[in-house]
Amino acid sequence: MGEIMTRKKEFRVLSPTAILGYGFPEESFNRGLELMPDLIAVDAGSVDPGPYYLGAGKSFTDRAGVKRDLRFMLKAACRLDIPLVIGSAGGSGARPHVEWCREIIEEIAVEESLHFKMGIIYADISKEIVTEALHENWIEAIHGVPELTVETIEKAECIVAQMGVEPIQDALKTGCQVVLAGRAYDPSVFAALPIMMGFAPGLALHMGKILECAAIAATPGSGSDSVMGIVREDHFELVPLNPIRKFTKESTAAHTLYEKSDPYHLPGPGGMLNLKDVRFEEYPDGRVRIYGSQFEPSVQNMVKLEGAEKIGFRTISIAGVRDPIMINQIDSIIETIQTNTMQTLKSEKIEASLHFHIYGKNGIMGGLEPEKDAPTHELCIVIEAVAPEQKSADSACSIARSTMLHYGYPNRIATAGNLAFPFSPSDIKAGEVYVFSIYHLMRIGDEPLFKSEIIEL
Amino acid sequence: MLKKITDVARVIRSKNCSPFELTLDIIFEKTSIYEKVKQGNLINAKVIAEAYGIDEAMINGIVYFEPAHAVKINLPRPVPSGAPGDTDVYGAQQHAPLLKLKLQV
Repeated sequence: MGEIMTRKKEFRVLSPTAILGYGFPEESFNRGLELMPDLIAVDAGSVDPGPYYLGAGKSFTDRAGVKRDLRFMLKAACRLDIPLVIGSAGGSGARPHVEWCREIIEEIAVEESLHFKMGIIYADISKEIVTEALHENWIEAIHGVPELTVETIEKAECIVAQMGVEPIQDALKTGCQVVLAGRAYDPSVFAALPIMMGFAPGLALHMGKILECAAIAATPGSGSDSVMGIVREDHFELVPLNPIRKFTKESTAAHTLYEKSDPYHLPGPGGMLNLKDVRFEEYPDGRVRIYGSQFEPSVQNMVKLEGAEKIGFRTISIAGVRDPIMINQIDSIIETIQTNTMQTLKSEKIEASLHFHIYGKNGIMGGLEPEKDAPTHELCIVIEAVAPEQKSADSACSIARSTMLHYGYPNRIATAGNLAFPFSPSDIKAGEVYVFSIYHLMRIGDEPLFKSEIIEL
Repeated sequence: MLKKITDVARVIRSKNCSPFELTLDIIFEKTSIYEKVKQGNLINAKVIAEAYGIDEAMINGIVYFEPAHAVKINLPRPVPSGAPGDTDVYGAQQHAPLLKLKLQV
């Protein structure tokens, strides 16, 4: 590892896959290794799959898939003697997720007789720190998010912060071959080492922003294929590793928009990526070079906090409706079922909330659905009950389902039953329900926020 | 000439840009079309509000992005991702009303 600290005018980063566990063709990965990368980096996380995974401490990716991907990466990193950096371990990057990924790495090390030094960085932030920051007025709600309260902090199942490049650089400086990081700002895992080597932060972070999704930014796009990024003095280059894909100006520029509210200004820990002057140039073999990405350090150092709160348990029932007389008055029927069920629940002192998802009407867009009266010949109804106890959710779902099954709506001709159930049992316990309760920026001081440890395998 | 948006755009998509916000992207096939759309401000808050049947004030922002000849529209999520009553955790199927737009390009 000493060698890369002193050499060359470019730095090569291999991004094997968009999310650790999504897989990649062995040929693409090997082609990447032939190009002699200086770093293998992979993003393992996302908030896309919703609050459950952060709250419940579970991974949204499959263990066997993660282990398969990691085996390739660990063996390659050890063979080439280059670092491997993993960010947002276990999907949500809280302690249980990091431990889950650490166990997989330890298993592989034993199975493959690999020996290396590993830095583990936890992204969990104590409630005391967040509460203190709240009292200091150091917490800022992100657009559309309610202001944070002490009560919300107290109720959070866990709170993580997205780390920037510094904690990863600290681990790399101690000579760790593998860095296993909890929740991290996605580009950090790709940019930490090149920035440490003296490459421009704007280029390294923008490259990281694209590499974190691997081949999604190529055309045809894929979430499970490898690509390489090469950062140089005044640009970075994207290199496809599968002959069926290429990067184009369009594919790369389009990716810059993806999942962002403002494509010109991308805020992250420590500052803002400014893409006002960015320029894309196409090169042979499906390569694209990107110039002009600027990093503007912020005056106040902020991190993004993510927290989830458990609000109860869910039970659902799935049923179909084919009767046109019923379909024609579905809104008023649902309203009545909702009212009647809530009355029954109240009289039986069961606390629960009910939601009806009406597929074929507005099940996908809810309140945003503009086509309110489109004709349909069948509907799928998902009854969703959420309650503080699983048994209350079961009762609420059961009452709503049975009320709906036999409800005598106006002009009914089919008196045997109103619902077609595809399954027996009709009701499904869906377990714990979490919500994103914290999605705020927190100002940080100079003292290190992220706890870490170094182990020898 | 009045054209269907699906004839001039190669990507029309929606996705969460946070668990509390949706972002809609329209990427045009040609720079010339993008320029006409941008010059004429053809994708504006009124057009989007009408397509979704919502109040103009709900739209958090419309950004034209030259490098991708694209326009981006941000909307609040009616229910945060994954909270009870949510209908689309990833926000990936909220783009359909855009497919009906017609543009004078």
